[in-house]
Amino acid sequence: MFLKDYIKDVYNAVKSLLVGMRRTGYYFTHHQEIITQQYPDNRSTLHLPERFKGEVVMPHDERNEHRCTGCTACELACPNGTIKVITKFDITPEGKKKKAVDKLVYHLELCTMCNLCVEACPSDAIKMAQTFEHSVYDRSQFTKILNNPGSKIMEGVE
Amino acid sequence: MWSLSKIANTIHEWLRTTFNSTLATILEMVLAGVAVISLFAILGLVLVIMERKVSAWMQIRLGPNRVGPKGMLQSLADTVKLLVKEGLTPNGADKFLFNLAPFIAMMVAMLLMAPIAFAKDFQLWDLNIGVLYISAVSSIMVISILMAGWSSNNKYSLMGAMRSGAQIVSYELSAGLSILSIVVLTGSLQVSEIIQSQSNGWWIFKGHIPAIISFVIFMIAVTAETNRAPFDLAEAESELTAGFHTEYSGMKFALFFLAEYVNVFIVCAIGATVFLGGWMPFHIGSWEGFNHLMDFIPSSIWFFGKTFFLIFLIMWFRWSFPRLRIDQLLNLEWKYLLPISMVNLLLMTAIAILGWYF
Repeated sequence: MFLKDYIKDVYNAVKSLLVGMRRTGYYFTHHQEIITQQYPDNRSTLHLPERFKGEVVMPHDERNEHRCTGCTACELACPNGTIKVITKFDITPEGKKKKAVDKLVYHLELCTMCNLCVEACPSDAIKMAQTFEHSVYDRSQFTKILNNPGSKIMEGVE
Repeated sequence: MWSLSKIANTIHEWLRTTFNSTLATILEMVLAGVAVISLFAILGLVLVIMERKVSAWMQIRLGPNRVGPKGMLQSLADTVKLLVKEGLTPNGADKFLFNLAPFIAMMVAMLLMAPIAFAKDFQLWDLNIGVLYISAVSSIMVISILMAGWSSNNKYSLMGAMRSGAQIVSYELSAGLSILSIVVLTGSLQVSEIIQSQSNGWWIFKGHIPAIISFVIFMIAVTAETNRAPFDLAEAESELTAGFHTEYSGMKFALFFLAEYVNVFIVCAIGATVFLGGWMPFHIGSWEGFNHLMDFIPSSIWFFGKTFFLIFLIMWFRWSFPRLRIDQLLNLEWKYLLPISMVNLLLMTAIAILGWYF
């Protein structure tokens, strides 16, 4: 019946609106918890969420070894050319030539923190760091080389 | 006892005795104009900081907390910023209309101040068709919005203006009808008489359920009329950048911004006058002692308290509800609010004829 549906519509609409207003009214009257970070004031105790994405880094272990094989999957995955992988050829003890990373160049100023490179990496060599205070005085400082000088690939990573 | 009407009378007497009657009248007009303008400025500052604080508290944030104690001077700092900014006129715009539009928005808000009773015997102009005047003048608001949108020569502005035109024209109807249902009970369009008729109880209590329904419809309709969320389709930040005032900057933008808040104040003042008794203290039927106690609170405090309560209600709407689409907006008006308010008016007329109200 039309009239019944009509009244039901109005009733349900008013009820759902009141539920929403009750929620916000509860927040208004119970003003204790603050979900925003008071950033420069709480710089020392800042708590960032786990999935916060600040910049791409390559973790090294204590022997200055990383997990990057130089496969360029991250470079192919990047939608705006932020990563350039410069490869070289190492000579293995058996005398064979093996592809390895020479420099992994990362342009922070182009990066949108989309996380596609981290998803694409087959050997978990790069990850997203939580640092976010990136301001510098010179643009050239945004171009970073992610692998440490003199680092080499970890044993057993193919 | 201190009251606004006494101050006004003292000034009136002093002017009459000091100057001749023509000059005194002119001076009184100037004083009234200055008072209205300064009320505008104060309202703008207070309502902006109130809106920001209310929104922050409802979203579990702190809100502005840097300028002044607890951030209370934030809106003053914003005003200074807007004052020193350049008021740019775009090259392709119709320059005359573009610059005229914000002043029309402001003028409408000022004209609407005339019939509002701020306290007992404190009213600029108590004309006998007060409610009609209010609903007629508030419709001019749409002209300034259409003018701003059209003269900006910008597709976003034009879209916002057209939406706003459709919106204000349709929601005027249900706002008018819901006020009319109270006018049926009072039998007068004069603001002072509407307030006087509520001396033994406000209409929202005396008029049974139809009065409550028309109050709810009135609040929904005026939220739409003042272009505030959830009906802010004229601005619709995510779709139209800023709608009809996309091209405005500096003080011209500030005038639109101020006009929005002053309009919110005015429609809430009208709502408080018609449904909640204006400056009339809270009286219950024939409880003499209780009524006498309530009379000790000054009438201006009653008026501003009620008005700010309604403003808070409108802010509560804004920060709780999602924005409607344009077709949903027009559906809501033409399929729900208008039929309901028409039936409600009929019901109210029956109640008035049969004398079922208190």
